[in-house]
Amino acid sequence: MRIRAAVSIALVAGTVATAQEVTFDRLLHADREPHNWLTYSGDLAGRRYSLLTQITPANVRNLELQWVFQTRGPAEPTEKFEATPLVVDGVMYTVLAPNHVVALDATTGRLFWMYSPRLSPLARVCCGRVNRGLAVLGDTLFMGTIDGHLIAIDARIGKPIWDVAVSRPELGYSITVAPLVIRDKVIVGPAGGEYGIRGFIAAFDAKSGKEVWRFNTVPGPGELGHDTWPANSDAWRHGGGSIWVTGSYDAELNLLYFGTGNPGPDWNADPRPGANLYTDSVVALNPDTGALKWHYQFTPHDEFDYDATQVPVLADIEWQGRSRKVMLWANRNGFWYVIDRATGEFLRGKPFVRVNWAEGIDETGVPKRVLNATPAGTLVYPNNQGATNWYSPSFSPRAGLFFIPTWMDTYSTYTKGPAEYKEGNQYVGRFPTMTMPALRTGPGNVNTRTPQEGWGAIQAFDAKSGELKWQFKMTDVTDSGILSTASDLVFAGGREGYFFALDARTGAQLWKGSVGGQVSAGPMSYAVGGRQYVAIAAGSALFVYALRQ
Amino acid sequence: MAKPIALIVLAAAIAAAQEHGYTPADIENGARLYQSSCAGCHGPGGDMVPGTDLQTGQFRRATTDAEVIRIIQSGIPGTTMPPSSFTETQAGSIVAFLRNAATAGRGGRGGAAVKTGNAATGKTLFEGKGACATCHRVGGTGPRLAPDLTDVGLVRGPDELHRKMIDPSALVRPGNRYVEATTRRGAKVSGRLLNQDTFTIQLLDSNERLVSLSRSDVQTFTFVKESPMPSYRDKLTSGELDDLVAYLLTLKGLRP
Repeated sequence: MRIRAAVSIALVAGTVATAQEVTFDRLLHADREPHNWLTYSGDLAGRRYSLLTQITPANVRNLELQWVFQTRGPAEPTEKFEATPLVVDGVMYTVLAPNHVVALDATTGRLFWMYSPRLSPLARVCCGRVNRGLAVLGDTLFMGTIDGHLIAIDARIGKPIWDVAVSRPELGYSITVAPLVIRDKVIVGPAGGEYGIRGFIAAFDAKSGKEVWRFNTVPGPGELGHDTWPANSDAWRHGGGSIWVTGSYDAELNLLYFGTGNPGPDWNADPRPGANLYTDSVVALNPDTGALKWHYQFTPHDEFDYDATQVPVLADIEWQGRSRKVMLWANRNGFWYVIDRATGEFLRGKPFVRVNWAEGIDETGVPKRVLNATPAGTLVYPNNQGATNWYSPSFSPRAGLFFIPTWMDTYSTYTKGPAEYKEGNQYVGRFPTMTMPALRTGPGNVNTRTPQEGWGAIQAFDAKSGELKWQFKMTDVTDSGILSTASDLVFAGGREGYFFALDARTGAQLWKGSVGGQVSAGPMSYAVGGRQYVAIAAGSALFVYALRQ
Repeated sequence: MAKPIALIVLAAAIAAAQEHGYTPADIENGARLYQSSCAGCHGPGGDMVPGTDLQTGQFRRATTDAEVIRIIQSGIPGTTMPPSSFTETQAGSIVAFLRNAATAGRGGRGGAAVKTGNAATGKTLFEGKGACATCHRVGGTGPRLAPDLTDVGLVRGPDELHRKMIDPSALVRPGNRYVEATTRRGAKVSGRLLNQDTFTIQLLDSNERLVSLSRSDVQTFTFVKESPMPSYRDKLTSGELDDLVAYLLTLKGLRP
């Protein structure tokens, strides 16, 4: 053993990557080890904020591509590379669409192992055979699959440890969300809001895969909130409320936050009069029991597919003279919100794009709705993909700024059509028309739209005052998440195929790299051997940058 | 060491005979996919559908790999052969498995001649007298350095398992090769090779850690020729070996 110990010291000092056990304490205090990226958002507060400062506004122009990892085989347009990698002590773990897990040397991109579960041919997904990433606890990785399984994988050898069927793929239940680990539980929920699913958030024992609790995002008879669904109707059974973006956690309050998806059917609300809780909402749950502490619904009785599937961003800011634990939330419906995360109290809601479906939000937090879908068609801003969507925002506590990947000035025409539930079929109403393609561009011209038909931006808002600080404009929209750093940098990309760095204080563009494909993932940063790296998935490959040596 | 070389030559011959070169990994993945998705109808040996024998290398409706892949993906209309959601790569690996089984006489059927014993007794031997569990991992329990046997029953036939226990060094799969390296600083690293290229080496070291070495930092690098697994020729009786094989054949992974 003495020899082994000596070897391991030499290895750590050399070129060697070693994986250590990841305890929940490490996840909770991710700020103590900024060289690692242990959760989807980099911390449990959902901030996607790196404390690494080697790369600065002054030297970022010297960023240089270090390595690229290609996914195997040509990716289909629907197999977008949406995962954020994890990095644990020099080893990177990520997921290639739809569910291929890889372990890579984080300094060279060389492959340690790859794991590809056999997926059920019954899997059906509305909007891409995608996966947004992994969770880690101990030396086990956790992945949801498009056929509705949750799989625990040995991080050392890439072999499955347990594999549980969470939900039925033939009914449109899939798991695309990166799981969230709280203490000894792995938390996920199903996507499938276009298939008439009934959503839930469920916790599984990390050791055994046994389900510990389940919170129904569409309450059934006897559950609180069921009265927001029509009486004497089965509408709630197909009421949606999907889960497909990772939540956040406040250890002091012991509250878990998740955003929920659209009600079903998406675009014809006739079968479901009522507010349709807890769709398009944020729910605050006790992570030990799944009990609901509070909820806030962004879009009651939605007809425009405005999922609240965004990462809840937890920030402590000064609010009317005192420090307050809040949640920042840029919603698909065009408003960005400040919510008290202890109580769920609505504090502020302001549009961050052109919005015409509501004339603001009243002081109780209810949108002043003015438009509905009609058989003749209603033109609505923002469009069906939303003012933003699942793309991670970022919060820099140092700059006090909230950064939002934004689709500016987009619109859809919503024409109410028939909706009939049939198992495994889409249950939607009628698809709205859009000038922007929802997925990545197929063959043909890429972007020939006028600015009036929509454009993209990275926007920075002062979390405290709500004021727009700056806007970085792009001709095309963006499906990229945002990373901010403690050295006042902001990293993001877009559909145009660039990955770029901005000055967090001014929005000035400081550097860009061409990645030759759409960015549909969030950037992250890590360090190995004292060297800082920034990683972004784009097209069908993962790109990793560091300063020129 | 004659046998592994013969096998490599054989694999090369198969590759040359087909449009694609099959890697051992393709064949192994194909075996898993076949056993989990095809064996239900076609049987473990590929001959359960009357008039169809998949392990002869001859297909009634297809000649080239591309044609077999198309049938796997699209099914055969008007028959009970359904379409599948396999990608071309996955379907290709099933073809690799079938072609390899035809040439090498291995695969699910290969061991029909080997008598199999009592799986429950085999499990006891695996964990006790045989001490297999001291090196091998099954279902997330056990060390990681030796091959994980969680789904060995899907990918290996009884005769091969039997041979492996008698003569462990005769057949070491490329994924189970052990290497030793000395770095320029004098550190010794050993473990199971995961990947290598002209500039780097990846392995699972003897402490079960993922290690990546730069060749420029490596002074010596050698493959360990002898398998660390002991021969059971004189350690277990013939009946006990049969029991052990019977147990291993029950290990079908998490999604059998």
